[in-house]
Amino acid sequence: MKKNRGVKKGRIAVFFVIVAAFVALIATNVMDHANEISLGLDLQGGFEVLYEVRPIEEGQEINRDLLSDTVASLNARINVLGVSEPNVTIEGDDRIRVQLAGVTDQQAARELLSTEARLTIRDVDDNVLLDGSDLVEGGARQSFHPDTNAPIVTVTIDDANKFGDITDEIRRRTVPENRMAIWLDFDEGDSYYEEIMKEDSKIISDPSVTQTLRTRDIMITGNFTIESADHLAGVLNAGALPVELEEIYSHAVGASLGERAMEQTIFAGFIGIALIFAYMIFYYRFMGVMAVITLSIYIYIVLVVFNWMNAVLTLPGIAALILGVGMAVDANIITYERIKDEIRAGKSAMSAFRAGSRRSLSTILDANITTILAAAVLFYFGTSAVQGFSVMLIVSILTSFLTAVFGSRLLLGLWVNSRILNKRPRMFGVKEDEISEL
Amino acid sequence: MNFDHDNTKIDFVKHRNKFFIFSGAMIVIGIILLSTIGLNLGIDFRSGTTIDVLTNNAPISSEEISTEFAELGYNPDDITIAGNENEIGRVKFIGALSSAETLEIQAHFEEVYGETPTVSTVTPMVGEELARNAFISVLIAAVGIILYVTIRFEFLYGISAIVALFHDALFILIVFSIFRFEVNIPFIAAVLTIIGYSINDTIVTFDRIRENMGLEKKVKDFKDLARVVNKSLVQTLARSINTVLTVVFAASALFFFGGEAIRTFSFALVVGLIAGTYSSLFIAAQLWLVLKSKQLEKRKKRPVEQSEA
Repeated sequence: MKKNRGVKKGRIAVFFVIVAAFVALIATNVMDHANEISLGLDLQGGFEVLYEVRPIEEGQEINRDLLSDTVASLNARINVLGVSEPNVTIEGDDRIRVQLAGVTDQQAARELLSTEARLTIRDVDDNVLLDGSDLVEGGARQSFHPDTNAPIVTVTIDDANKFGDITDEIRRRTVPENRMAIWLDFDEGDSYYEEIMKEDSKIISDPSVTQTLRTRDIMITGNFTIESADHLAGVLNAGALPVELEEIYSHAVGASLGERAMEQTIFAGFIGIALIFAYMIFYYRFMGVMAVITLSIYIYIVLVVFNWMNAVLTLPGIAALILGVGMAVDANIITYERIKDEIRAGKSAMSAFRAGSRRSLSTILDANITTILAAAVLFYFGTSAVQGFSVMLIVSILTSFLTAVFGSRLLLGLWVNSRILNKRPRMFGVKEDEISEL
Repeated sequence: MNFDHDNTKIDFVKHRNKFFIFSGAMIVIGIILLSTIGLNLGIDFRSGTTIDVLTNNAPISSEEISTEFAELGYNPDDITIAGNENEIGRVKFIGALSSAETLEIQAHFEEVYGETPTVSTVTPMVGEELARNAFISVLIAAVGIILYVTIRFEFLYGISAIVALFHDALFILIVFSIFRFEVNIPFIAAVLTIIGYSINDTIVTFDRIRENMGLEKKVKDFKDLARVVNKSLVQTLARSINTVLTVVFAASALFFFGGEAIRTFSFALVVGLIAGTYSSLFIAAQLWLVLKSKQLEKRKKRPVEQSEA
């Protein structure tokens, strides 16, 4: 104040460069990200199947426990498809309804769900050589054939010697009986010679064996695409279904209702955000403008992260997003109120900014950590809809911390430290007569 | 909303018993309501079928929908008309329809209105499981919050924050019980949001109380504590109001423009957010004051123990 130091224009230039960069980034791909986000059944409609549960073996009783186990296995398989928040419900005594949102390939989804995933390796006379109990749990994966590079599925078995003995025995048989048939869902009465002729065969492949293989990894070649190989590996890892599922009804849920709901929700979201922006600028003036910039970046980052995670947006997710916006705004408000306090106490803009930022940090930290803690517990112990909520909340809080604390500070700091705001308390929403004399 | 911190004297503490009585009475009435008339449980919590019929000749009347169903030989338990232009008929059947019946209804309405109605049929098992699961998770989260707050603040803050949290969650249940709004799965998400906000809001207020406690030279009795609490509440008042206003902006935009599907959901948010702010200012902070002053009194009576600590 004694020295008449000039305004550092460079910092203001840096500010505009940063803002211009973000505007360019957001303008170029925000719509792509927004359009890529998959929406839940409640927002966009989707695909649903109703299954009737039938026992695999005679005398198997269909009870609540068995149904619950089946639902758990189905959920594990749906994870393979990458659909989050599936809705799997038990109906009546022997039915299970599966609702999947955002599934584009309905046929693949259906096959994935209803296969029992009972993998057996048999000889040409249908005698079991290896079955599911010989496989290492979770040992299936998609990979590529070392020679042809074609997509294959590799499974791991417990005992290399067992496989060695089997291949040793098979290779001694005469052509064409030296084959191992790899079956999915072999049913009593199926036969190798009939099945291998069928177009949609239950036999994935039937390699001929010419040498003894003492290995734990079995490569299953077949007519795979990368995706179908990946699905098979996923299903094998998810485990066999304890029951047989018969599809009795399937239906694409009326999407027009969902579409309308989504349009309205997005429209409402824009209005809500516009109101928040207007209020922040009206109330915090210059600092409010900074808040608007960082909040825009916040919304953009949340969209991008959400898209990266391949998550499905549902109503609970929107709720968490709103709470996240609230907390991002709150972090700004806490900081700005502190800065205003300091200015009212007579500090200069620069030292008020520094003190306000420092003193607000622990408040914001404690409030955010407590909420993340709650969200993490909800995620760990909760189920589908609750988990969707908590994931969105955690993403929102972390992003809001990044943008509202560091982003806001960086941007406002550039202006404050340029000294252009010195002796202009009104820019911070503080009237001159509120400032107490030092 | 500017509050001059030095000259604004709002005595929050003086009226604390009124707040306690208000909230206490409301909760007692609420528990009576919840245990007698209960909640209007939606299809997520009851066996049944909901059919949303989107029509192409808005506005539609419930008589029209009812006639269509009567033609097929069905008698719906409830018909509500929804949508901005009253183009959606939401029909409910208690008890599940068979798939043949569902198909028949869908085929019929597709023919009449050109849109396949959305049919959802559930047994309540999944909804109940979700609610129970959410409840247990919240209880565990509450323990976690108490632990964290005890480490960062003090045990009494943790207890008061949790009381405020359950106050808010219960408040929204009571409002829904009184107005007979439908409780569905999105409602659970709304309650979770409110809980999240309630914690956040309470912690910010407590953080200021903690800071001001540190600035005070000596806090001996109730009067000192009351002064600190009042001062802290005035200092955070602008922030509390501004924050709740902005969140309420977002939630009410959803309420007014967000469409039928999320109306009860956004209503729950608006009510809960306001309750969350109320409880931070008038329940959590006041409760802490009462508990803390009791603790101070106890220490005064047992000075030996205090010196050991």
